Amino acid sequence: MLKVENLNVWFGHAPDRVDAVKQASFHVAEGESFGLVGESGSGKSTILRAIAGLIDTWSGRIEVAGRPLNARRRDLAFYKTVQMVFQDPYASLHPRHSVDAVLSETLRLQGMDDIDRRIARLLDDVGLGRGFRFRYPHQLSGGQRQRVAIARALAAEPRLLLLDEPTSALDVSVQAEILNLLSDLRAEHGLTYVMVSHDLAVVGHMCDRLAVMQGGSIVETMNVDALRQGTASQDYTRQLIAASRGYARA
Amino acid sequence: MTDADTGRGAAPSPAPDHRAAARRRHARSIAGTLLSLALTMLGLLLVTFIIGRVMPIDPVLKVVGDRATQAQYDAAYQAMGLDRPLVVQFIRYLGEVLTGDFGRSISTGQLVVDDIRRVFPATVELATLGTLIGVAIGVPLGVIAAARRGGAIDQVARVVALVGYSMPIFWLGLMGLLVFYGILGWVGGPGRQGIIYDGMVPTVTGLILVDSLIAGDWGAFRDAFSHIILPASLLGYFSLAYISRMTRSFMLEQLSAEYITTARVKGLSERAVIWRHAFRNIQIPLITVIALSFGSLLEGSVLTEIIFSWPGLGQYITKALLSGDMNAVLGGTVVVGTCFVLLNLLSDILYRVLDPRSK
Repeated sequence: MLKVENLNVWFGHAPDRVDAVKQASFHVAEGESFGLVGESGSGKSTILRAIAGLIDTWSGRIEVAGRPLNARRRDLAFYKTVQMVFQDPYASLHPRHSVDAVLSETLRLQGMDDIDRRIARLLDDVGLGRGFRFRYPHQLSGGQRQRVAIARALAAEPRLLLLDEPTSALDVSVQAEILNLLSDLRAEHGLTYVMVSHDLAVVGHMCDRLAVMQGGSIVETMNVDALRQGTASQDYTRQLIAASRGYARA
Repeated sequence: MTDADTGRGAAPSPAPDHRAAARRRHARSIAGTLLSLALTMLGLLLVTFIIGRVMPIDPVLKVVGDRATQAQYDAAYQAMGLDRPLVVQFIRYLGEVLTGDFGRSISTGQLVVDDIRRVFPATVELATLGTLIGVAIGVPLGVIAAARRGGAIDQVARVVALVGYSMPIFWLGLMGLLVFYGILGWVGGPGRQGIIYDGMVPTVTGLILVDSLIAGDWGAFRDAFSHIILPASLLGYFSLAYISRMTRSFMLEQLSAEYITTARVKGLSERAVIWRHAFRNIQIPLITVIALSFGSLLEGSVLTEIIFSWPGLGQYITKALLSGDMNAVLGGTVVVGTCFVLLNLLSDILYRVLDPRSK
């Protein structure tokens, strides 16, 4: 479904150039849920943004559903296949667009018919009642907003969903709801996930495999069972696991 | 997981008492707006009243003249109510202003209200056209400059705005007259109309462009347009400089917001992202900027009016001030102040109309 090979992403020009991602490679199979973990600034979100076409200074090879991507342009068909959910649902929804406007814009853009019925179904899918259809973001809680953001991503009926820390801006109790919702949706719609998180527990819960990043490079790609048993091959991964356990106990 | 959060149990439409409460809130906010409007107007009148009293000009002397006897002077002094306490004077002043009585202008010998009725439309016409030009060019320029930040258009826009800010308007005005009227002969000269058309169009609104259209007189319209276009372009250039810079900074703020990233990920074209998502969101602050810039043109185009012999309010107030004609000055000040208050009110109303969340 997704193939990333020797991906480099940089910002700015020399001498101020920052290499945010260096020689990153990983594969995600159809229907799989893949995690990208690492500390802040390790380049995990940057990889998602490069895939989504939000950054054009990259080199290497990205292939989605067998089609290699161009550095700059992404066509409408790409956004029909790949959609993204952002970290902060307070910032990622247009403050003056109602839920209806948010969803119907994507639907119209993808040339879909029967918009009324689709909106109702999308709202049902993400566990929001139809009464939410004409509300504005400021009338919704954080969890409800993130449900709207997920519904918006699903509106295009994508096959690959890029999740950029979809729960880290939310309360702990709401985090679990959103994660369960994402798991259910993946099972229902047969979606493929690439999920960025700094929280190993979240990745352990959601993903089948994961890549550990440090300083822009992937240090290790591992199975989630290996994560649970703590049998990482790299020092850095072991430190990360130990650190997250220490955090959990505190 | 609570019902409130998932919404599964939430009622689909708000209960009737919620709607009544919303209506009450709405009514209260309108009442609040009107009250603050009344207080602002009271403050404005108080300030003009005090200015009229502290000015080192003897209003009685202006009326009775230098050679009046002490008895005549005292009689006029009492007739004008100047022997009464200030509070009483102010209340009397309020009553006069509310009935549209600003007294008689000493320099023109006419009622100040009539003078203002004659000069104010000239200023309104000029300021409106100037603001239209400023908005029509300044807003797109600011949006494009923000969208292509650091690009060629951004640099050009910056220079254009810088020149607009820093060039003295009287110099630009004189150069404009020299080039476009004196040398090229493309535009009409000073004044609102050529001699042939002067007084030919019956006054309906006082705006000659509109009046000549109402009269169906194309020759008069063309003549008035050729006279107004140069000063209006000049004022338009100044408001353009301000409006384009403000538009640019508002847009940059919006374009860096994450909901714009969301719009891009939807697969929207860059044009739709900029105009439909980002620009929609700056309309409200932009309205305040435009309203204030319009207001400043209404009061502040004195230099332009003098250079172009434009018989407007700025020129009227300045002349009145120089000849110590306080009735005219205060009347003009009240009109300008009222315009500012009304423009603020108008932008408040537009806020509500344009913000879908307030429905």
